[in-house]
Amino acid sequence: MSDTPATPELDRRPESKWSMVGKDPYAMPIEKIDLAHPGIWKENEFLPFLKRLREEAPVHYCAESATGPYWSVMKYKDIMEVDTSPHIYSSEPTIGIVDAFEEFTVPSFISMDPPKHDEQRRVVQGVVAPSNLKNLEGLIRSRAAAILDGLPIGEEFDWVERVSIELTTQMLATLFDFPFEDRHKLTFWSDAATAIPGGGIVNSNEERWEAMQDCLATFTRLWNERVNAEPGNDLISMLSHGEATKNMPPMEYLGNILLLIVGGNDTTRNSISGGVLALNQFPEEYDKLRADRSLIPNMVSEIIRWQTPLAYMRRTAKVDTELNGQKIKKGEKVIMWYASGNQDDEVIENPERLIIDRPNARQHLSFGFGLHRCMGNRLAEMQLRIVWEEIMDRFEHIEVVGEPERIYSSFVKGYSKLPVILHPKTA
Amino acid sequence: MVKVLFKDHTGSEQSVEAAAGVSVMQAAVTNGVPGIDADCGGSCSCATCHVYVDEAWVGKLAAMDANEDAMLGLSSDRRENSRLCCQITLSAELDGLTVTTPEFQF
Repeated sequence: MSDTPATPELDRRPESKWSMVGKDPYAMPIEKIDLAHPGIWKENEFLPFLKRLREEAPVHYCAESATGPYWSVMKYKDIMEVDTSPHIYSSEPTIGIVDAFEEFTVPSFISMDPPKHDEQRRVVQGVVAPSNLKNLEGLIRSRAAAILDGLPIGEEFDWVERVSIELTTQMLATLFDFPFEDRHKLTFWSDAATAIPGGGIVNSNEERWEAMQDCLATFTRLWNERVNAEPGNDLISMLSHGEATKNMPPMEYLGNILLLIVGGNDTTRNSISGGVLALNQFPEEYDKLRADRSLIPNMVSEIIRWQTPLAYMRRTAKVDTELNGQKIKKGEKVIMWYASGNQDDEVIENPERLIIDRPNARQHLSFGFGLHRCMGNRLAEMQLRIVWEEIMDRFEHIEVVGEPERIYSSFVKGYSKLPVILHPKTA
Repeated sequence: MVKVLFKDHTGSEQSVEAAAGVSVMQAAVTNGVPGIDADCGGSCSCATCHVYVDEAWVGKLAAMDANEDAMLGLSSDRRENSRLCCQITLSAELDGLTVTTPEFQF
């Protein structure tokens, strides 16, 4: 991998001239603010930038950035409007801010509009429906328990590696009935599918493509095994026996498998880590939880809001339109900053605080709204609920003992490291 | 006031009263009827206020629009009599309306 990107339009290096790190959002011309560069997300400096735009330019145009010009939508209500108007704001060609490398993308319904989106989603959504998930709860719980029981007590370790990654990877392996000893491959494929080349996971788009081919080959083998066996409870068996899915072309199969892997991986992973961090930043909330475990389901929604594991989703204007007084032209990129909408104090009181018994905690933007609303939202909530129930059975305090390391991405909002020490429950 | 009877998938019943003009979803949420999540707050964009309308009442409701139809498509337990109850506005004619909540919301 060369040190200089192929084109200046894709310059997302940490030291890039586009980085906003260390800058005062109020000391620069507002039109120069560029939320898409990963720097401020990695360094945890994004909140004041979001706040200034919400207050002064809620629909903001950034004319120049490493990824080209784009609109930022900052307010909860405006985000709702964009998310629920697919006839104006398209999910095609992609929901990430970068347009390039289309030859390396595979079709999946997250970047399709109706009617094709609806048809494809309908095929797979049953596999994460709550009625199916009920069957998996026991297995997920026993695997979560085993991971937590294997953790060291009273000594520092990395919660992300030992718990968040391990748990989500095992849960994915469980859902797919994927060979358990190869489960780290799921994490790699998931990370590779969204990674910025050169950012530590893959070095180039070619390398990413090789990983995707390996993923397809592996899942094709599993498909062939399952299709010749009795129908089972796992996702691949369901897809291979399902009337509407059994004739899916290979690339569509890969696209939808990847969507399920990515959708279920780092989002849940970072919400598990984020919950631990948030309860340490707001110890009175941790006390509330210790006093009343029935708050866990509400807390799970609040953690998902507070963390907002995907900072944005992109749409592309299909027609000339107007949003909150701004004229948006056909073809322009429109970024819905869920991370900002979830901090909008016109809708959410004291949004910067984690409040585990918050009323209306389910009303947050992290899952999106409208036709593209997160398909796995119930699975995510169930996983987090089980994890926190099992944690509270065992530990008095998960103590964060150092600064977390954050991911270099303005899309995936999460952590690569979170040092903790466990304190067991007494009595 | 308009009466609405909510049944759940186990057969438990809860009767609530609400003013004409409010939605069945609001009537459920303000009266603490379990099984209605209403994550989006009533803008027909989350499909978590799904109910099955009792057959006797299906024909008395205003027809669903394309958006409600599409959002209901997100539910795996959709039936002929499925509606999103944030889109049903109560009126005197709907006094006695009976709906059943599904076991799971999307």
